[in-house]
Amino acid sequence: MFDQSNLIYRYDGSFDGLLCCIFESYDKKEIPTEIILPDTSQTLLFAAKEIRTDVKKANRVLTSIPKKMGNDALNFIQRAFLTCAAKKELYILLFLRLGYRHGRSVMGMLTDDAVHPLFKAVKHLDNESHLLKGFVRFSIFSNVLVAEIEPKNCVLPLMAQHFRERYPEERFLIYDKTHGMALVYQPYQSAIIPIEDLELPEPDEQEQSYRALWRLFYDTIEIQGRHNPNCRMSHMPKRYWKYMTEFGTPHKETPLKLEDTAKFLIP
Amino acid sequence: MDVFDKLKILTDAAKYDVACTSSGVNKKSAVGGIGSASASGICHSFSGDGRCISLLKVLMTNLCAYDCKYCVNRKSNDTPRASFTPRELAELTINFYRRNYIEGLFLSSGVLRNPDYTTEQMIEALRILREEYRFFGYIHAKAIPGTDSSLIARLGMLTDRMSINIELPSQSSLQLLAPDKSKHSILAPMKYIQNRIQENSTDIIKYRHAPKFVPAGQSTQMIIGATPDTDFQILNLTESLYKNYKLKRVFFSAYMPVAENTLLPTLDSAPPLWREHRLYQADWLLRFYGFTANELLDQQHQSFNPFLDPKCNWALHHMDFFPMNVNRSPYSDLLRVPGIGVNSAKRIVIARRSATLQFNDLKKLGVVLKRAQYFITCGGKATEGLKTTQDKVLQSLMSKKTLGMYHQSFPFESPNKQLSLFEQPSLLLSGYPQEDLQRCLTSPI
Repeated sequence: MFDQSNLIYRYDGSFDGLLCCIFESYDKKEIPTEIILPDTSQTLLFAAKEIRTDVKKANRVLTSIPKKMGNDALNFIQRAFLTCAAKKELYILLFLRLGYRHGRSVMGMLTDDAVHPLFKAVKHLDNESHLLKGFVRFSIFSNVLVAEIEPKNCVLPLMAQHFRERYPEERFLIYDKTHGMALVYQPYQSAIIPIEDLELPEPDEQEQSYRALWRLFYDTIEIQGRHNPNCRMSHMPKRYWKYMTEFGTPHKETPLKLEDTAKFLIP
Repeated sequence: MDVFDKLKILTDAAKYDVACTSSGVNKKSAVGGIGSASASGICHSFSGDGRCISLLKVLMTNLCAYDCKYCVNRKSNDTPRASFTPRELAELTINFYRRNYIEGLFLSSGVLRNPDYTTEQMIEALRILREEYRFFGYIHAKAIPGTDSSLIARLGMLTDRMSINIELPSQSSLQLLAPDKSKHSILAPMKYIQNRIQENSTDIIKYRHAPKFVPAGQSTQMIIGATPDTDFQILNLTESLYKNYKLKRVFFSAYMPVAENTLLPTLDSAPPLWREHRLYQADWLLRFYGFTANELLDQQHQSFNPFLDPKCNWALHHMDFFPMNVNRSPYSDLLRVPGIGVNSAKRIVIARRSATLQFNDLKKLGVVLKRAQYFITCGGKATEGLKTTQDKVLQSLMSKKTLGMYHQSFPFESPNKQLSLFEQPSLLLSGYPQEDLQRCLTSPI
């Protein structure tokens, strides 16, 4: 039996793995002080307890959540798992323990020390994915729409539906550089796949001319007499500018590798 | 003239229109089409002046038969002119849309020949988009005052939102500066659109697939500072437009001097940006906070306080309303506390079901305690060690810079005469009994 005060769980980084941590916590009647990923460097004072991912256990936890605290709570922790918040795993565990005790009302306990950081993290995630729905810029290569993003949170699952409804007849790919994943779509199916690197081909003439038209529009629409860079920056932080056409990101001089991007679109 | 030149000219001519929202309707593309819309609206970029770019905002043409004195496109202005053909415009829109540059199209126009002909051109561009490209994205079209109602009806079937600009907030200002427009020519189509939306909403109940007429409603815009109309008049007009014409939004645009005319502010005068800002704040208070125009301004106070936002100004004039117990007060009252907004008020209402809220809890809920602490109590107690002096309250409600300007306008005479502030005929608190004010601002809460 591990000592309560320095109990550390180590899980495989998957959502099912985290659910098994919750199972373990109830099974052994213990609450860990930390839940870590497998690649966390071993500078810990205490040995971590390995939690094996067992789909059966995970499913038991998964089905119990909507029954005990409602679908909103399940949806909430699924989104919380996508965030970049520190210690999100531990907060999710504490949140669920609260939920098993108090039922549905856990979603209203906004001032609780475990619930509040999760709500903050999910808000950050929701905001970022909403902003990116607008800030994503596609380039068209051989009639495939390709975009790159560098989000802090794992936003692709939250953006999938929006772009499916927006471009039902197109083939598109959104590459999330931070997490090494891509959302790929072709009528009428989509998937999120791991992808290591994406090299984009040279934009063709038509693509370049529409980029130039957009830059022209962007520069012209500003009313010079009201120039207000701070206001722009607070609405559209600079970290998003990198991949936005209007800020004239020079296209990379790389050899054509379109076959690779096309490959992902054909299952 | 190639499409680059046209885009430049026609964007330049359209940029003074402020509305660029894509909100008010949720829809997704049908199979075989392209485009969707989200009721919350999506901003695709922000221009250097900090305004949201959501739609491709251009004019069909900047040729104009009218001679409105405040407008860059007036007939008498010597400026390069251009027109899009309907097909050029539709192609540009689709190509921008596919690359996710925009959420849709905002189409306005100068009056080419006459209002009916202009509207027909706009209808043709939108028809190509909707029928040939099967475009389901957002379209906002401007109705030209004086257009035949049958054309307005056709335009309305193709668009999500329509707007008719009021531009000048009174009939006398219109007569002076826009002799070709009249109050009637603006309000009549507005009423017509409202009635059609109303009829259409009953049709949709009867027939699920009835085509939708202007599903995202209509909006309008007014120019601020070109004419002597006061904030009070403008706000009252705004309120009545929301009530009587069921508008979704009223936009305000600080007048940018674009023409030399003795009737207008001179070319070197700065746009009244702070006034526009105050009007937007008040507009929000009308739409989301349950305030009425008469609460914010009245016959004696026709202008907004330049130093304080309208909500804080209201709170300082109604100190008898406070302090408020955050654990008990209804949602509508919470909204009136400076430092509590729509989101934090909603969170308070949810969170207090399971716990009694303390001050540190409020911080977690997003309440700006710096401002709110003077107006609220938690469990019957105010913040520990809080001194409610008039200077402290003002410090919390204004930024340092604004407070400095405020003190310049109403300087202290000596430290022991701090309250002399109120003896001045100040914008802030004039018209209220002195003793009451001193008591409510200086007595411990």
